[in-house]
Amino acid sequence: MAELKVIVFQLKDEEYAIPVQQVRSIEKIQHITRVPRVPKYVKGVINLRGVVTPIIDLRMRFGLEEAEFSDHTRVIIVALDDVEVGLIVDAANDVVDIETEAIEPPPEVVDATTAEYINGVVKIEKRLFILLNLEKVLEKEKG
Amino acid sequence: MDMSQYLEVFIDESREHLQTINEQLLELEKNPDDVSIVNEIFRSAHTLKGMSATMGFEDLANLTHQMENVLDAIRNGKIAVTPELLDVIFRAVDDLEAMVASISEGGDGKRDVTNVVAQLKQIEKGEAVAAPQKPAPTHEQTYDEFEYTILKQSAEQGFHSYEVTVKLRSDCLLKAARVFMIFEVIEQIGEVIKSVPTVEMLEAEQFDDQFVVTVVTKVLEDELQKRIMKVSEVEQVIIQRVNLHRSTEEEKTTETKHEQKEEQQAVEQAVEKKQEGQEEKATGKQVSNKTIRVNIERLDVLMNLFEELVIDRGRLEQISRELNNPELHETVERMSRISGDLQNIILNMRMVPVETVFNRFPRMVRQLARDLGKKINLEIIGAETELDRTVIDEIGDPLVHLLRNAIDHGIETPDVRRAKGKQEEGTVKLKAYHSGNHVFIEIEDDGAGISREKVLKKAISKGIISEQNAANLTDKQVYELIFASGFSTADKVSDISGRGVGLDVVKSTIESLGGSVSIDSEEGVGSIFSIQLPLTLSIISVMLVEIQKEKYAIPLSSIIETAIVKKEDILHAHNQKVIDFRGKVVPLLFLKDIFEVPVVKEDDDFLSVVIVRKGEKMAGLVVDAFIGQQEVVLKSLGNYLTSVFAISGATILGDGQVALIIDCNALIK
Repeated sequence: MAELKVIVFQLKDEEYAIPVQQVRSIEKIQHITRVPRVPKYVKGVINLRGVVTPIIDLRMRFGLEEAEFSDHTRVIIVALDDVEVGLIVDAANDVVDIETEAIEPPPEVVDATTAEYINGVVKIEKRLFILLNLEKVLEKEKG
Repeated sequence: MDMSQYLEVFIDESREHLQTINEQLLELEKNPDDVSIVNEIFRSAHTLKGMSATMGFEDLANLTHQMENVLDAIRNGKIAVTPELLDVIFRAVDDLEAMVASISEGGDGKRDVTNVVAQLKQIEKGEAVAAPQKPAPTHEQTYDEFEYTILKQSAEQGFHSYEVTVKLRSDCLLKAARVFMIFEVIEQIGEVIKSVPTVEMLEAEQFDDQFVVTVVTKVLEDELQKRIMKVSEVEQVIIQRVNLHRSTEEEKTTETKHEQKEEQQAVEQAVEKKQEGQEEKATGKQVSNKTIRVNIERLDVLMNLFEELVIDRGRLEQISRELNNPELHETVERMSRISGDLQNIILNMRMVPVETVFNRFPRMVRQLARDLGKKINLEIIGAETELDRTVIDEIGDPLVHLLRNAIDHGIETPDVRRAKGKQEEGTVKLKAYHSGNHVFIEIEDDGAGISREKVLKKAISKGIISEQNAANLTDKQVYELIFASGFSTADKVSDISGRGVGLDVVKSTIESLGGSVSIDSEEGVGSIFSIQLPLTLSIISVMLVEIQKEKYAIPLSSIIETAIVKKEDILHAHNQKVIDFRGKVVPLLFLKDIFEVPVVKEDDDFLSVVIVRKGEKMAGLVVDAFIGQQEVVLKSLGNYLTSVFAISGATILGDGQVALIIDCNALIK
């Protein structure tokens, strides 16, 4: 049975999951330099060990309300092809193994804005993980 | 001029090109109809030709040129690719490899290539390839590993290895005696490593009238030959250098007799003894292995890690100041100094002045001018401009092409120039400079310029554009056409600027570096080829400024000066705020509005203005405070944030924060 190792993170009240292969590192929040004239959800850039890395606020990307940064706030550095960005999440909770067979398509009820960023959901015991579609998250808005 | 500093680069690059040629030839054998493979080989060969001609290795250049002709014919469908044809090309490549190997061992790279050249010429004329001719009635000897080791060691110690084929007269009566005499002659000047047939068989006269011995010696072929010829009843002596590279592959040996090995050990000792006694003849030193090629990505990682270290160093310095412990103080100071040196080394590892590329041009230009009967004055400006190593490595070939192009097609012959009322001596200017976040390299000639009609005619005849389209093109677009693949404006193919491979290679190479190339030309006056290259990782001087609470960097190269302007001195013209700056009207750009900076501070009565320029145009960038000048490492914003308005990149400041670098060119329209 195929297993998938995922990093679990918190965003508002939900738990999201992202395959470990796509994750480079998890960082604490640090000084972000604002970049002018970019989409609102792009918070700016940080110095990640000498590499200037753009940071996306995932809450704003999903159209959720902004939240103050806390001690739990983390930046998950993800990589897709040659693009490397950081995602601001409320907390990075866990690493879990999920079985690929257990992945279900996203439920219809999830509201439209978030639905397109989701690959599916997994229920393990009493927790529900939403699998993030990184391609969609990193897709730039047209125009 | 001393070329030795380029020799290493030349050897490295030649090897790479030969490698490519080999690989692609093998590909070609599999897909004989694929023209793109031929093109690939052609380009490598062309570059190799250019490089070796520049370095003065004529045999190498000749053979490559011949090979190129054949490839050209293949490319144009005049010759079909057959295994026999490839055999000849492979042999030519083998020869090239041998020459490069000889050069890297300090030799002169000369080699008798007439045979292969003749075959290539034959192919070019469309004649069938004759069966490979053996250069001489010699056998390619095979060596076992032990023998090979001896040969290799001897070569390292400056000995030559030869395969000597001795033919005795057929009427020779005492063959064994002659063999003995010959061996004695050889042993006076060197050592016999191997003989075929074996010594025992020779002594028993169990051979016809010919035998081959492998000799390790310090004397040159000619002398060896003379000495052996002195023995009577020797009809012919043919001497061939041992090809050590080939020997490795052939491990099978004809005979590996025990006693022979012992004999060889004795030989080895003897060789060593001889070396002690004999003073070294100048055999040239090994020039390779002094440089290693390091993947540039590793340098990137090193650089990034080091920057982290610098930030921590800053923190450590602060802590040590606070604690005021003399021992800690001393250690931290020492560490700072060392890391400072380290920083310089790491930075210098990547940055190289274009001089290293430019230096080889004067000789090349002189040579070309002589070959073409033209008078040319090469002016080099800005040779100290520093460029990233990656760019330097790549930029050499395109520049060679462009220079050759300018000299061959651009500058006219002295009598034509006189007739036109120009100075007899043409000028080619090679200019490098930093501007904004780019490095520009310009090649300017005061030659004939580009003829619009000629280019269009050619392009139409080559099917690059249609006649209808041609009329609508701007001059610039027309000039661009000469970068199209398979385009050449020269009426005759010359050795100098090739067959139009040059310019499309130039374009693709520069574009692969993220740069661009443009042409400006006026017929009869001259042309300028302008190469724009990004500063991938280049250190630039910037002025750090503060806009509200944010820090930005403005490249010093764009700044004219800074000024403090009173609010009431601002004038209005066409809805635009302007200032009168030294008699000129300069528009003001409020960066805090352009960059939508969150406002936290009240406006001052005085404005801090950075006057920047783009060409002739100027603008005043209004900031809140000047911080100062600093050298910074330019970094890209990554692949996610591409084309951010008026931001050309970022840099990491001493405190670890990122500051954005302003692209003044985008701000001034």
